[in-house]
Amino acid sequence: MELRPILSTLRRHKTTSWLLILEIALTCAIVCNAVFMIGHRLQHMDMTTGIDEHALVQIQLAAIAPTPDIYARAREDLAVLRQVPGVQAVALTNQLPLGGTSSNASIKLDPAQREPTLSAGTYFGEDIPQTMGARLVAGRHLQPDEIVNADVVIKALAGGNTKGLPVAVTVITRALADRLWPGQNPLGKTIYLTAQVGVRVVGVLADLVRANAYNDTTAHYSVVLPLFMGAGKDQSYIIRTRPQVREAVLNAAVAALKKADPARVVTQQRTYDEVRGKFFANDRAMAGILVGVIVALLTVTALGIVGLASFWVGQRRRTIGVRRALGATRGDILRYFQTENFLIVSFGIMLGMVLAYGINLFLMMHYELPRLPAIYFPIGALVLWIIGQLAVLGPALRAAAVPPVVATRSV
Amino acid sequence: MFGYYLDLALRSLKRNKALTALMVLTIALGIGTSMTTLTVMHVLSGDPIPGKSAQLFRVRMAVFPDAHYQAGDKAPDNLSRRDAEALLRDARGDRQAAMSGGSMVVVPTQGDPLNVEARYTGADFFPMFDVPLRYGHAWSRSDDAERAHVAVISGELNKQLFGGKDSVGRTLQVGKQSLRIVGVLGDWDMNPRFYDLSNGQFGDSEDVFVPLSTAVDMKLSTSGSMWCWGNASDPLAADAPCIWLQYWVELGTPAKAAYRQYLGNYIALQQQAGRFTHPGQVELQDVMQWLDFKGVVPSDVRLQMWLALGFLGICLLNTVGLLLAKFLRRSSELGVRRALGASRRAIFLQCLVEAGVVGLAGGVLGLALAGLGLLLVRHQPTDYAAFIHMDLRMLLATFALALASSLLAGLLPAWRAMNVAPAAAIKSN
Repeated sequence: MELRPILSTLRRHKTTSWLLILEIALTCAIVCNAVFMIGHRLQHMDMTTGIDEHALVQIQLAAIAPTPDIYARAREDLAVLRQVPGVQAVALTNQLPLGGTSSNASIKLDPAQREPTLSAGTYFGEDIPQTMGARLVAGRHLQPDEIVNADVVIKALAGGNTKGLPVAVTVITRALADRLWPGQNPLGKTIYLTAQVGVRVVGVLADLVRANAYNDTTAHYSVVLPLFMGAGKDQSYIIRTRPQVREAVLNAAVAALKKADPARVVTQQRTYDEVRGKFFANDRAMAGILVGVIVALLTVTALGIVGLASFWVGQRRRTIGVRRALGATRGDILRYFQTENFLIVSFGIMLGMVLAYGINLFLMMHYELPRLPAIYFPIGALVLWIIGQLAVLGPALRAAAVPPVVATRSV
Repeated sequence: MFGYYLDLALRSLKRNKALTALMVLTIALGIGTSMTTLTVMHVLSGDPIPGKSAQLFRVRMAVFPDAHYQAGDKAPDNLSRRDAEALLRDARGDRQAAMSGGSMVVVPTQGDPLNVEARYTGADFFPMFDVPLRYGHAWSRSDDAERAHVAVISGELNKQLFGGKDSVGRTLQVGKQSLRIVGVLGDWDMNPRFYDLSNGQFGDSEDVFVPLSTAVDMKLSTSGSMWCWGNASDPLAADAPCIWLQYWVELGTPAKAAYRQYLGNYIALQQQAGRFTHPGQVELQDVMQWLDFKGVVPSDVRLQMWLALGFLGICLLNTVGLLLAKFLRRSSELGVRRALGASRRAIFLQCLVEAGVVGLAGGVLGLALAGLGLLLVRHQPTDYAAFIHMDLRMLLATFALALASSLLAGLLPAWRAMNVAPAAAIKSN
């Protein structure tokens, strides 16, 4: 197909052509970035926790009056829960992966270090990895005789006497081990939570995500400490059961706990899937909004192409008639408008790529987004070409249907 | 003349209904999405306590040992009990309150116990933040000093426990201890909850308010950020090395500099007492500065606003193209009008009136779409969802934006139309 006549026609309609090119460029830029952001959100929402999510349920209680012995209370509760039919394992934990409310510690590799190396999520409790289903990849789990009640530790720290403090071991995640000692065996190494308290790594977990996993990299930095917190409004019982019966087990567990000590209120009672769903609710909503924006944008742009193409067809009816009378086939006319649209969309895409890159730079500065991968450019171009061709098809068919006899009529 | 242009515009719009509908729809979509996101921004970045936001100041300072001080770090949000009580004792502001969030289990005379959110604070809290009381009154400063077992409860809790009747003088059973109700809140919708953003930035007010001294005495549990250094066996103790109290002061305009000076002196005294040697940054921020500092408007909301404005831009480009097509298609008609003596200005105005009519129609439809959009926003799982509503200002802004953007879109096409050469336009037919 000869391009010259098309280009010269476009030159005669400079303003309109430029408007269309600009519109397509803006659409291309926004759509590329929006699709990228959706991908980014989906990737974040896809975060692995390293635990057996569907098999877990959580219960949180608040006591009506201060509990005299929170450790005995918690031990009894755990024993009661183990008796509930369907319960496979149970643990008391101070936080849940993706739970939102978090407990964290600054970690140093050397007690004399001025600034901490990094911050990690701190899980306190007995049997936490086993109950949650976090897989051990090296070393061993924390042993029952290593578990200490929290008040013993607090008293020892307050007295400044940390010698002989039994909290001396920890299990950490592989991501944390790789970050702290790249390429080395983490077993036997020591991390410092304060200048006085060093704990030795005895086990490595494949993964156990933090409660506040907002950053995809630091999300997997967790340590488990053999500290028994006792019953309290911020502690949770986490129960492992079969996914098929978890609702029933959850209700039975709550009933059993209420029976064991009626003087308390259930403040949280949910499956782990609900915990995860809540954590990513905002991301899901934002991804939905972005999809809506993309659809609306492409629709408006397509309608704009239909409108302008229809106008051009109407304006050129006579010219089309003359061309038809001079021997052009319907296919020639159809292809003319399709090629014209292809040219305009291509110019728009070229400009749009530059714009997309600019917007991405802006987003990288203000929203901590990574660089737009190059793969988005050809995909964006393809989508816009297809939409352009679909939008122009109707008007182009109408143009092709113009009979040659129009040439002989005056309007 | 305007009436005549309007008549011409309506006739012209009627002639090509599909094109007109397309333009109106395009503008409506752009306006609808933009106004939805702008309304969310407007609500979230609004002044929660207009008229007083410039007199209320959040006090922050870095008062902890040198080992925990890093140059360049921002002063922490909260104060330790020791410092908060020292500032309260001096009482250099018109009013001042230290506070913390908390929770407690309330046992009603009948029915199941309830876990409720609480705020532990001082008597000044209520007049400072213009808290309305339906029944009774707030507790007094002497109640604070005497650790009186008194409470002010929310209207919602009053409805739940006492059927909404005046419950002043009744008892609120908290575990095994009891509090005497001295006041019941009226409607108090403070969003964002600027006085303490750490327990959810948006939401209903707390259900129970108790003097801070009483709460510490009763060992009620706190919630929110608690940062301890060193060894704290009881973080709520008077001299515990823990920061957990929000501190607000009310100052008349001229008193601000003096108060800052006072805080500077306080820091100097602490340094002399040997608590630390670092500079101990003092921050005194009014309500709007504080909200800005805490970044209360979520970054997703800003992003959505930029997206919507970009979308509006595309819709406008679309409208420019369609208007241009429409006007130039009528070149011959415009040529005849010019030949019959219409000035360029008249043609220009006629075209702009047509664009304006399209814009207003787009505005009406856009308003409906924005209403729909806000309905969707209210069903989002965000904590601010329930507070998003359109007010009169945003309603007027919708029409202003619709009209302004359609006129803007009409400028270029109208200018091109007015420059149509009459002779050529007539001849080309």
